[in-house]
This record gives sequence, structure tokens and C-alpha cells, in this order.
Amino acid sequence: MAFSIYKYASPMTFYGLAGKLIPWFAWGAGILTVLGLYIAFFMAPTDFQQGEAYRVIFIHVPAAWMSMFIYIIMAFWSAVGLAWNTRLSFMMSRALAPTGAVFAFLSLWTGALWGKPMWGAWWVWDARLTSSLILFFLYVGIMALWSAIDDRRRSDRAGALLILVGAINVPIIYFSVKWWNTLHQGASVSLMKSPSMASIMLIGMLVLAIAAWFYAIATALTRVRGIILERERQTEWVKELLEKI
Amino acid sequence: MLHFLLTVIRRDLLLAARRKGDWLTSQFFFIMVVSMFPLGIGPEPEMLRRVAPGVMWVAALLASLLSLSRLFAEDYRDGSLEQMLLSPEPPVLLALGKALAHWLIYGIPLLLIAPVLGLQFGLPADVIGVLMLSLLIGTPVLSLLGGVGAALTLGLRGGGVLLTLLILPLYVPALIFGAGAVDSALAGLGPEANLSLLAAFAVLTLMVAPWVAASALKISIE
Repeated sequence: MAFSIYKYASPMTFYGLAGKLIPWFAWGAGILTVLGLYIAFFMAPTDFQQGEAYRVIFIHVPAAWMSMFIYIIMAFWSAVGLAWNTRLSFMMSRALAPTGAVFAFLSLWTGALWGKPMWGAWWVWDARLTSSLILFFLYVGIMALWSAIDDRRRSDRAGALLILVGAINVPIIYFSVKWWNTLHQGASVSLMKSPSMASIMLIGMLVLAIAAWFYAIATALTRVRGIILERERQTEWVKELLEKI
Repeated sequence: MLHFLLTVIRRDLLLAARRKGDWLTSQFFFIMVVSMFPLGIGPEPEMLRRVAPGVMWVAALLASLLSLSRLFAEDYRDGSLEQMLLSPEPPVLLALGKALAHWLIYGIPLLLIAPVLGLQFGLPADVIGVLMLSLLIGTPVLSLLGGVGAALTLGLRGGGVLLTLLILPLYVPALIFGAGAVDSALAGLGPEANLSLLAAFAVLTLMVAPWVAASALKISIE
């Protein structure tokens, strides 16, 4: 029998697959987080310009990456769902949104914590901070739209459309904010001023970035399992599954 | 096809002309929001001149959102929206016509009120000209993008606030370039760069938004 990836486009088979994958990603995320934090706090040297405060970078950068990356994945699933009308795609983008919003919020928060010792202010209207804030607003808007529509089919498709419009608009927003920022304040402090990071710092950051990936995958899969159960509750296989418990 | 577009626009203009109360509410909202700012931040002419472009533009965004929540609502309630979507004419033209009508009804008056408010904020005459030009290019963007939001939130509870939540982040480029053009005119730099970018954003919106709004309408109706 040929292995077919399309088999897992059915919520029933995907439910089982997700169940098998979750422990791997969850444990992977846990172990990598511990490892990454050890590198970050004990092995990475103190930065000669920024002192100890720079260590926020180890959380801040992975969170900021993930907040943007999850939005792209959501846009991908939305496009797939609208094009081929696959149920699972909409469930995936729905399961990803809260994780993306959490990462966006985390990147704003750690950005503020980092900004205070570095720039002397909790908040600077820097291009990156501002566009992360707008990305966070987009996540909130999408989740608000989902929760406002009771009809499932309409809510899925309306949300997907909004995500895609946002995906077209995000680069434009980023460049307009960047341009606005340089016009109003002159070039601001760049986050990545040091041209070469110590390689151990880079390794720590990458380990934590992978940990953030694993965490995002594990939470999204857990959430998608819940959504599958909720939506397929009238089917036979879910009834059988629930009887077993 | 052009005939259908013109019919949609004419119908909305006629409806607005017969119901002047709705129309005036939105214009007075704009005037009042702008007039609240000097009361809030103090009457120093120098400061008022500095904040005028931003205040004017933010008030324009809010005023357009206020009227946008009604863009399809009436037609949806009496069933005529469904009939128009069932007709053989392409729904894109319906969405485009609705947005253009909204611009004519609500965008153009903002353009005409803005100079008076500009005088209240002590803007020089040539800067007022730039303000009007930026609103002329920018308000179609507000109507077109807002049409997408209005179609997505059609018939939902709390639709107006939800519409604001969805669409306000998407308005950011228009706000930045529009207010930026007036700002740079105030600072003595040329507003051309900002106006060109605003026009580019307007063209892009015109190319994408009607299609998205049409599919949003189909999603909301079915």
C-alpha cells in the first residue's frame, strides 16, 4: 500500500496522528527549553555593551519569530481551506491563532522589558515594536470575528478571508511603519547593533527558537484535537472513542 | 456591466438623499471628534498645528467606520442584497459600486469639511490644499477596505465595534501616508513622496478589495 499524505486530511485519521505526535513535540519543547535556558543563563557571556539585560533576547527573538511565522502558516491553511474546501485546514488555522497571539504578546512584553534598561523607556515607537503591536491587533481581530459568528462554516471562511487580507497587508504595514518611524524620529536604535554575536549566544537563541517551534506545534495539535472532537461529535468514531474513555 | 455599476451607485445615492439624517450624523461626528481635541489638549496654536494632520486623519477613519457598518445592513435586512447577488451581474461590481457610493456619500463631504476644520487648527492655506488632496486619494481606500469588513461582519451582533477591530489595523498605511503628506507639507518638505505612496496603496486596494468583499458577501449570505 502506497503511503499517502492525503490520508491525514481526514479529521479522523489526523486525530490519531496528532495524538501520537503531541508527546514527542511536548517533551522536545520541554527538554530544549531547559537546555536553551541553561545556555542562555550559564554559558553565554555577559554582553560588554548591554550587560546582563541583553539575555532577554533569548526569549524575545524566538517569540517575535514565531508570532510572524504562525501568521504565515495560518494564511497558508486559510488559502488551502478556501481553495479546496478542506475541513481540517480551517481547524488548523483556528488552533494556531491563540498560540500566535500569545507569542505576539510575549514579544511585546519582553520587548518592553528589554527597552527599559536599553533605551530608558518601556515603549518606543520603533518600527519593529509598532508593527508587532499591529500584528497583535490583527490576531485579536481574527479571533473576535471567529467568536462573533455562530455558524461554523461562515465563521471559518470569513476568518480565512480576513487572515488572507491581513497577510497581503502586513508587509505594507511593516514598510509604512518603518518609513513613518524614520521620518518622525530619525534612525532609532537598532536591536541588532552588534555585527557579530558570540556563537554561543546564537546557539542558545536557536535552541530556544526550536523549543518555541515544538511548543507551538504541541499546543496547536492539542487544540486541533479538541476542535476535531467538538465538530465531529455526531460521527460514529467519536462516539466510539468517547465510550472507551 | 457599467450599467449595473452605475445603477448600484445611483440607487445608494438616492437612498442617502431620501434619508438625510443618517448622512448628516456621520458628518457631524467628524466635526465633533476633531473639535474635541483642542478642548482636550489646550488651545496653543503651535501645538494644534502640529497635531492637526493626525487628528484630522484619525477622525476621518473613525467617521468612515461609523457609516460603514450600515453599508450592506439595510439591503441585507430587506432582502434586496440577496436578490442583487442572485442576479447574473458579477458580485464584484456590486461590492465596487457599494464602496464607490459610500465614498461619494461619506468621503467627499469629509473633503469639503476638512478645510474649515483646518482653519480652526491654524493650518496655512497651501497645507490645507495638501490635506484635501490626501483625503481625496485616501478616502476611497477607507471605503474599499471598509467594504470588506462590512461584508464580513454582515448581520452579526456587535457588528459596528467588531468592524472597527478588524479594519482599523488594515487602515494603518493609509493613515501614515495621508497624515504624513500633510505633516511633510507643514515641515516645508514636499508631500509628493507620501502622496505617491498613498496613491499606490489606493490602486492596490482598488485591485484587491472589491473581489475580497464580493467573496465575503457570498460567505455571509449563504
